[in-house]
Amino acid sequence: MFRFVVRRLLQMVLAFFGTTLIVYALMFAGQGDPIQALAGERPVTAAQRAYLTEKYHLDATGVGGFFYRYFDYLSNLVRGDLGESLTGRSIGEILAAAWPVTIKLALIAIAVAVIFGVTAGVLAGIRRAGIFDNATLVLTLLVLGIPTIVLAPLAQYFLGVRWQLFPPTAGADPDFHALLLPGIVLGSLSLATALRLTRTSVAENLRADYVRTARSKGLPGRRVVSVHVLRNSLIPVITFLGVEVGNLMSGAIITEGVFNIPGVGFNLFRGIRTEDGPLVVGIVSVLVVVYLVANLVVDILYAVLDPRIRYE
Amino acid sequence: MRVRRLAAWTALPLAVTLGLVACGSGGDGGSGESDPNAAVRIEIAEPQHLLPTNTNETSGSQVLAALFSPLVDYDEAHKPYEVAAESITSEDNTTWTIELKDGYTFHNGENVTADNYIDAWNYGAYAPNGQNSSYFFEKIAGYDDLQGESPKAETLTGLKKVDDQSFTVTLSQPYSEFKSMLGYTAFYPLPQAAFSAPGELVEGYEQAPIGQGPFKMKGTWQHDAKVVVERYDAFPGEQPKVAGVEFRIYQQLTAAYADVLSDNLDVIKTIPTENLSTAETDLGDRFLQSPASSLHFLAFPTFQDEFSNPDVRKAISMAIDRDEITTSIFKDSQQPARSFVSPAVAGYRENTVGAAGEFDPAKAKALYQAADGPSKITLSYNGDGGHKDWIDATCNQLKANLGVDCVGSAEPKFADLLTKVKAKQPVGLFRMGWIMDYPSMENYLGPLYSTNGSSNYYGYSNPEFDRLLAEGASAPSEEEAIKKYQEAEDLLAEDLPVVPLRFGQNNFGHSTKVKNVEMDLFDRVDLVKIEAVR
Repeated sequence: MFRFVVRRLLQMVLAFFGTTLIVYALMFAGQGDPIQALAGERPVTAAQRAYLTEKYHLDATGVGGFFYRYFDYLSNLVRGDLGESLTGRSIGEILAAAWPVTIKLALIAIAVAVIFGVTAGVLAGIRRAGIFDNATLVLTLLVLGIPTIVLAPLAQYFLGVRWQLFPPTAGADPDFHALLLPGIVLGSLSLATALRLTRTSVAENLRADYVRTARSKGLPGRRVVSVHVLRNSLIPVITFLGVEVGNLMSGAIITEGVFNIPGVGFNLFRGIRTEDGPLVVGIVSVLVVVYLVANLVVDILYAVLDPRIRYE
Repeated sequence: MRVRRLAAWTALPLAVTLGLVACGSGGDGGSGESDPNAAVRIEIAEPQHLLPTNTNETSGSQVLAALFSPLVDYDEAHKPYEVAAESITSEDNTTWTIELKDGYTFHNGENVTADNYIDAWNYGAYAPNGQNSSYFFEKIAGYDDLQGESPKAETLTGLKKVDDQSFTVTLSQPYSEFKSMLGYTAFYPLPQAAFSAPGELVEGYEQAPIGQGPFKMKGTWQHDAKVVVERYDAFPGEQPKVAGVEFRIYQQLTAAYADVLSDNLDVIKTIPTENLSTAETDLGDRFLQSPASSLHFLAFPTFQDEFSNPDVRKAISMAIDRDEITTSIFKDSQQPARSFVSPAVAGYRENTVGAAGEFDPAKAKALYQAADGPSKITLSYNGDGGHKDWIDATCNQLKANLGVDCVGSAEPKFADLLTKVKAKQPVGLFRMGWIMDYPSMENYLGPLYSTNGSSNYYGYSNPEFDRLLAEGASAPSEEEAIKKYQEAEDLLAEDLPVVPLRFGQNNFGHSTKVKNVEMDLFDRVDLVKIEAVR
């Protein structure tokens, strides 16, 4: 187990540098004129251009320039300095302010997905082909079919503006109530997938030999489902949710925009729009870490759920 | 909303039976008593900077307008009048004497003196400080010595202190509209507390700027969330009618719009385009419009042979039905333009484009064919700005009215478009917009059409035009300056380097909790007039 974790951590370091290199290269290649992008449609003065060019080494172009800037970035990163965004703000500070609210939002979304998705999935799996199963099938297909970019404004308009059940936007320092609606919107997609996954997995495991054995031993149905079936059925769901944690962080771009939550997605969107290379790479680097850690946790959880899985 | 609509239906017969003729205070937002102890909430985007000489976007200027009081402001006729200045005078348009009003103090208690202005402007003009608005000081003598990587001087020779209450500004060339310039954000003073050493700004000043305006900071700038200001009681000018303002930061306008609908936010400065068609039903008389300074136009790359003949350009202008596009595409959120300067400046005349501004397809086609215009026209625009609809509509009009082939060509960003134009690549006609820095005809003419103009991307050059601009700058009085500028504008009508299409308009809305919401020409809410409703 210990050796497994250490080996995975070492792999993570490699994966981290690999991904930042790729992201940095993409941002570098896709960058038009970040100084003009920063100014929008206003003309940029020569003095301002010279100042920013020098500060961000924007004159370093081509392959040599790329590696120069990448290693400059890396050496700062190793010292824990994410650098400054093009508007002169410390990216570390931006992220420090953005993370807490994004994590809260993602937790609500995951909780919604787990509580409603897994429960409904188990129920649908047990009563396969029943009314509940069919109803959830239709509902999940509907939710999966509506992209967040449609779902979020609709939810905001009906639940926030028309019926005033929730505040229409959450803001920078929201309470639980204000975060609930965006959390549900964000979680609804994972909810639907988690539900379908659980249902299939439960339905399949119900027919497994060990379940038949458990039943024939005379164990009560409740125990068979909660201990024997559920434990094995959760493996694909956990895998999915692990990846989903990362998705929720970056996928919050739309939800955070619609509900005006200045989280990570919100800042990533701004960074991309203003061609703020340092900001985008900074955020993506941290997102990569989130993905890697989430995957590690998922792998460790496998053994907890199914003792047959062993780590060498 | 449902409740409100219900109320409206019951109120209607009531109003009829009572024979109510006029509703005194104008419905939803106008009723109720003013509450001087309440704060109002105004939508902005995240400011890039909150330092006067580094702020040239509207969100930052809106906040700074609360914290600072300008030397001059503009009256109904768009002429400058003194605010923080007692008088601004010049004999020869070159040396200007600025006398300050007594009684102004910074929010930390410092008296406002001439030094505060001189230090702030020197800081702004010094190139290594990398200030966005440093070009505003380029007319002041000595500016060139402050440029480059290691400038020859650190202070402008043109700024001289006379005494604590007055100083002189010497320009390198006469400029008759210098007084108008002084209303711009870049010309606010900075307190001594802003500097740690001469020419060096205190770290973090921007997080809680100290100004001499009607409001002072409450706490610091909470990035991406809000900037909160409260009334500064020692302000000697006109006191605002609210206790404070919360500038709430939004990334997307649609979110702000939803908040205004449910009274969670008081003022949205721009109604999002997708909500423009429903804004009148959603907000009723809380949906407001006022003139803005922006001018939208299509520019001709006059350096290309096919567009070098003014007749070709005139024919294209005549083939575009401006009114149709402003109504059908922009839902009257902008106004058709037939002049090169905006109605927002003194000296504006209607219809200076003349015959070329009239929609006349038959004449246009004849002229186009006689001038042998190109059979294919490209309209380039930036794809991120929501321009596709009107570009396509314009293209269709050109196709139908001139019988040419026309395509709209989108560049990802405006910056990419400018890069191509600067490299003189054949982009065809391209869209441009102009927002004034200060109300002056010169600000619409100089940068855009003079031979060395900073935004003259179309290669237009007319020595006569340049001469008239120079004469305007050194004219002894404002009236005479305007006359020269108008003559210059007439030259543009003959040459038509661009096709003026639309004047911008502020389309804004407010909640039921505020009244007297007005917006100025700089896209800013008037913070002295706005009132909170009890």
